[in-house]
Amino acid sequence: MKKTKNLRLTFLLFGTALILSGCAKTTTTATDGKLTITNASYDPTREFYMAYNEKFEAYYKNKTGKEIEVIQSHGGSGSQARSVIEGAGADVVTLALAHDITLIEKAGLIEPDWIKEFKDNSAPYTSTIVFLVRKGNEKGIKDWDDLIREGVSVITPDPKSSGGACWNFLGAWYYAGKQFNGDETQMKNFMSKLYSNVTVMDPGARGATTTFVENGQGDVLIAWENEAIMATEEYPDKFEIVSPSMSILAQPSVAIVDENADKNNTQEAAKEYLDYLYTDEAQKIIGEYGYRPSNQSVLKEFSSKFDLNMKLCTIDDFGGWDAAYEKFFADGGIFDEIYEN
Amino acid sequence: MVKKYIKKDRVIPGFGLTMGITLFMLSFLILLPLLSVMVFSLKLTPHEFITLITKENVINSFQTSILCSFVAAVVNCFFGVILAWVLVRYDFPGKRIMDGLIELPFALPTAVAGITLSKLYSDTGILGKPLAQLGFKISYTKAGLLIALVFIGLPFVVRAIQPVLEKLDPQYEEAAYILGAGKVKTFLKVILPELRPALWTGFGLAFARGMGEYGSVIYISGNSAREKTQVISYVIMQKLNYVDYAGATAIALIMLIISFLILLVINMIQICQSRRTNFI
Amino acid sequence: MKKDKRRESQGVKWLLIGISVLFMAVMLVLPLVSVIVNSFSLGIPFYVRSLQAEFTRSALKVTLLAAVIAVTVNTFFGIGAAWVITKFSFKGKQILAALIDIPFSISPVIAGLAFLMTFGRLGWANSPITQLNQWLGTDIKIVFALPGVILATIFVTFPFVSREIIPVLHAQGTDEEEAAALMGASGFYIFRKITFPHIKWALVYGVILCTARALGEFGAVNALSKARGKTFTLPLEIDALYLSGSSDSITAAFAVSSLLVIMAITVIAVRNILEYQSGKKEKSV
Repeated sequence: MKKTKNLRLTFLLFGTALILSGCAKTTTTATDGKLTITNASYDPTREFYMAYNEKFEAYYKNKTGKEIEVIQSHGGSGSQARSVIEGAGADVVTLALAHDITLIEKAGLIEPDWIKEFKDNSAPYTSTIVFLVRKGNEKGIKDWDDLIREGVSVITPDPKSSGGACWNFLGAWYYAGKQFNGDETQMKNFMSKLYSNVTVMDPGARGATTTFVENGQGDVLIAWENEAIMATEEYPDKFEIVSPSMSILAQPSVAIVDENADKNNTQEAAKEYLDYLYTDEAQKIIGEYGYRPSNQSVLKEFSSKFDLNMKLCTIDDFGGWDAAYEKFFADGGIFDEIYEN
Repeated sequence: MVKKYIKKDRVIPGFGLTMGITLFMLSFLILLPLLSVMVFSLKLTPHEFITLITKENVINSFQTSILCSFVAAVVNCFFGVILAWVLVRYDFPGKRIMDGLIELPFALPTAVAGITLSKLYSDTGILGKPLAQLGFKISYTKAGLLIALVFIGLPFVVRAIQPVLEKLDPQYEEAAYILGAGKVKTFLKVILPELRPALWTGFGLAFARGMGEYGSVIYISGNSAREKTQVISYVIMQKLNYVDYAGATAIALIMLIISFLILLVINMIQICQSRRTNFI
Repeated sequence: MKKDKRRESQGVKWLLIGISVLFMAVMLVLPLVSVIVNSFSLGIPFYVRSLQAEFTRSALKVTLLAAVIAVTVNTFFGIGAAWVITKFSFKGKQILAALIDIPFSISPVIAGLAFLMTFGRLGWANSPITQLNQWLGTDIKIVFALPGVILATIFVTFPFVSREIIPVLHAQGTDEEEAAALMGASGFYIFRKITFPHIKWALVYGVILCTARALGEFGAVNALSKARGKTFTLPLEIDALYLSGSSDSITAAFAVSSLLVIMAITVIAVRNILEYQSGKKEKSV
């Protein structure tokens, strides 16, 4: 019996040692003296930040003489916000909508009033919602009301799990409001018809693009303008963009995650990183990757790329993100109402 | 503490040691983390909890997950027995390769499996196209969900049955055969009862795995609340994206209880069965 | 009469083989072939280049590390658990067995969350760890770092080994071990000489299942690992490539997937060779 006890003890010690040795491994990662900052961003910005980070690292070296490395992290906007709350030590966040940053603020990691910290409501680039259709536009889709016709198959992600999908919903809602002079019953009816034409609802915007582009589902994809531009550049003879008469100005926001930046001593570098987004050089990269530069004169240089005649509402027309979330997307909100009927 | 349970008639040594390892690792690696997440569901009042889990989409997702995992597990049992039988009893060219391929659903990341399957079975895919012409739509329907679950569950069933079948003494069968029982009868009366515990295990594991599956399912199911193709994991993910930890963990808690009960029943059947067979 | 029966059984044999081959072809082989075909769609040089990318190499290292540790821990645990469950009777045995199986049915989403809520910023273990770090002057991190990836991999593959051994040990019963114990053999000796030969192949199956699952795990690790090129495993790298959107990177994603398939096939081939050789040995004895 005594022997068993000893053995048991050895086992416990062994197990603990094993786990501790696993822990010890990571302590060696970030010690080579180089400054690193982590940027938690959403899915469609992958290519843009890859190009931007390279530019920024050179710029920072030039300006301060110090080496810096930017580590990128991408995912659905909501889940990125959540992982920052749960401890993924990002120094800056560049997310799809202000509401996701507000969630981090509420968890106490970002100081209130972050939205005033950078120019243009901390949105260095904007985008909007457009339609991507197959070449030739056989179904003749021109505007939002074409999406509710019978036999049109629409692809859009689930607003319950995707930030981009919320912009899509609000764009359509804005159009319906103008069409029916704000009569909510008719507007809901319109939305209900639109969403009954949705044949595949992916959990995220990138997934929806894949379903439409790679798997050949649906006649029309409601998409971020930058995603649509990318798809037409990738496959110029397979898809074309249709700009509806009106849509919504999507403002992806940026902020410094104060708690992490203070802990990592990266406040200054993080501010530099986000400030640099507003310079002419960076604004040009923004335009090249299909986002609308917030700098008006740079935007004009890219006017052939964007349809600047679209009438765009903003989130303020819905009383800000918090109010819009509560009204449309919370459990039992308008989305649930129109989708279940 | 442990000593108290050690009865005098326990002759095989090693109880304390193995029990120690099992309990230590189980609590440290599995139960402790699970408890810390379940604490969040306690933030709901009982009333909120009930309202949340009786919401239509939550109930639908439970129905979908349970139904599809069940059917998928049944399909896997059927083909699993045939596959295991063929692999153990027959010799034919390519047998080794076939045997080796069984585990591959595990090695393929679930997301890749989901993407590949949804492409193959979508109405422009190699398999989906002819099926669509016959009027069967697979991708983005429950049928697609089922295929993904069969795909991920298959190794469990085959690998549960195979070792038992290998150990099975062919003398029983020969005896039954000589006594005049037909092939089918021999299989049903002699072999199947022997396989039953293993079959239950395989069924239970495939079922349990299907209940929790996420990666391979989300790409092929279409996730439509209206067509009831949302699975539980997807609804949990929806809640989490709204940073609703309490809501997400409440659903997870129910899911955990259901699968714990299923696993418990299966383990009991298995243990009873083996006790019975041991005393024959 | 006899001849008829034999012919009938030959017919049954080939029918069953036919069903199996067809089922395997549709359910397993076709998806795999489509992965392989996709991965070579831009030619072999592109394929090789995707595998040599820095991110892929780092992901390969992380995956192998996590898989090796997870398989070691779980083999060790699995043998212990199977022994305690099959060789002894005690109260709560069924409950224990069911608890061990829990990771099978937990949504990977929740598995990842479980570690975040224990070791993450909101978890109760966070402040002790921070204090420990201050005290030792270290920077130990569990989640969003390698230990988290390893823990999550152990979690999802936890029951695999024990699950494979338990049915075999059940079928074998306890008579032989009891006899040996009465004759005074030590526990380890009994295990080595009596139990191990019975469970050898089940153990190998279990280890292979465990390895395969550890290589392919996505959901749980996804929640805990956010830095590409540092803590990404191969499945995460595949996801990142796939979501990069351009058709080039999608092909690269399939190329990296084929790497996982190759690794799995290698493990399985090794098992087959071992089995074959030992089979030969047994026959010659």
